Amino acid sequence: MSIISVRDLVVEYDGRRVLDGLNLDIEQGETMVLLGGSGSGKSTLLRQIIGLERPKSGSVHVKGVDITRCSEAKLRKTRLSIGVAFQSAALFNSLSVQDNVALMLREHTSLAPSIIDLMVWMKLAVVGLADFGQLHPQELSGGMKKRGAVARALALDPEILVLDEPSAGLDPIVAAELDELILLLKHALQMTVIVVTHEMPSAFRIADRIAMLYKGAFRAVGTKDEIQASKDPRVRQFLDRIPDDMATASPVAAYFQKYLQGQETYA
Amino acid sequence: METVLESVGKKTLTQLDYVGSLNIQLWATLRAMVSALPFVGNRYRWQATVRQMLQIGVDAFPMVSLMAICTGFILAMQGASELRRFGALHYVIDLVAVGFTRELGPLLTAIAVSGRSGSAFAAEIGTMKVTEELDALRVMALEPIEFVLAPKYLAALITVPCLSILSNFCGILAGGLFMFFSTHLTPLLYLRYVLTSIELQDVITGLIKSVVFATIIAHVGCLEGFRVRGGPDAVGRSTTSAVVRSTFLVIVADAVFTAIFYFMGRH
Repeated sequence: MSIISVRDLVVEYDGRRVLDGLNLDIEQGETMVLLGGSGSGKSTLLRQIIGLERPKSGSVHVKGVDITRCSEAKLRKTRLSIGVAFQSAALFNSLSVQDNVALMLREHTSLAPSIIDLMVWMKLAVVGLADFGQLHPQELSGGMKKRGAVARALALDPEILVLDEPSAGLDPIVAAELDELILLLKHALQMTVIVVTHEMPSAFRIADRIAMLYKGAFRAVGTKDEIQASKDPRVRQFLDRIPDDMATASPVAAYFQKYLQGQETYA
Repeated sequence: METVLESVGKKTLTQLDYVGSLNIQLWATLRAMVSALPFVGNRYRWQATVRQMLQIGVDAFPMVSLMAICTGFILAMQGASELRRFGALHYVIDLVAVGFTRELGPLLTAIAVSGRSGSAFAAEIGTMKVTEELDALRVMALEPIEFVLAPKYLAALITVPCLSILSNFCGILAGGLFMFFSTHLTPLLYLRYVLTSIELQDVITGLIKSVVFATIIAHVGCLEGFRVRGGPDAVGRSTTSAVVRSTFLVIVADAVFTAIFYFMGRH
């Protein structure tokens, strides 16, 4: 049985359809990468999977619980088995990095403070921030913040780890380090990992399967090899980095020539 | 084109939606507030409440004192210039003592706290919204109402009445200084006149108003923060709106309560 099952999911914002009847199964222990361009609906799908928004119709089952219809109490319980690292890291600026990681342990367990301190140190060590626990998020670099967010997401050893654009805005070396960290976590802790990204090298490095979104619908779902071999024009366009139809050089040049001759205005 | 009737209807619905949201938030906070209480609640929430009490109360101490002293002098001098003509200078004591305990103490405090803390609540929560920290709380199975709002509300409920008492004291002290320098009335005699002019019910009605003002300031500030949509500019707008709306509602509530107490025969 799938650990996450999305069925006929429809999401609309002010009458504008953002996700259009999505179906997706994510198996226990696999790394699923949600790929797609800006505005394709990746982050919206992610927000549905973690229960931050309710859909117009359809369902999202996480560990057998339909989180689109369940009670708040059941949703909270289900969320304890999901760790989320947001695109902006979303570390609490008023707390140090170690307090960010300790928060879940303090709130949801009755462990002694010394045990919590030890666990926090271990989580920070996994992401390479053991020496930076005392710092506040605003004192960290972009890559360190993202790793801090991963450490916080790992606090309760969740079964499902969700990462929203983990390598966005990072230099290639730090992005590659994060990829290796994701692979390490998956192999060492047997987690189900869902990653939203539009970074192709990262996606193909970490994914077991890839789901490609385009305008709120899946264009392709398959293994890395299946996606690589896809003949779908939109998938090919994305993989081969082919731009959409844009203004070609000659009309633009003609426009500026006219403008310089005083025959054309910006209006 | 929008007719006048449509425009009035839309604005009315917007205001009703705002009042409805305030009510929903108030009841949700009252339900969550047990967690912020000492001994019976969560100790981390109580620690957050104490931090908020320091920020709302102790840090506002100099500002509220100075405002009350200045207003006490103004009230005494304005009152004296008129009452002297009727040979009723001693009524300045009643004017200052009763005016502050029933009205000016709580109102001045509310305006000061609204400007300092109401805006700070909106800015803090608005920033948390923009940086996805509120979403992070939800996915960590922590409710923002309980985690963020309940400590602020409890702290405001405790500190605003305390600041009002301080304001009363400072205002009456300023009246005493004026009487000492203008009529050489001894402080002990002034105190005796003050105690005969104010009644316990004056103090109680002032404290009831303070509790209502604290509720308005905390909830309007936090609601403005929760309603932030967009980026940092929206946070700026929410802080302005928090101060304007809470000051307006405080004055409206003051008028309503003064009328109620008046017709109940208290005044």
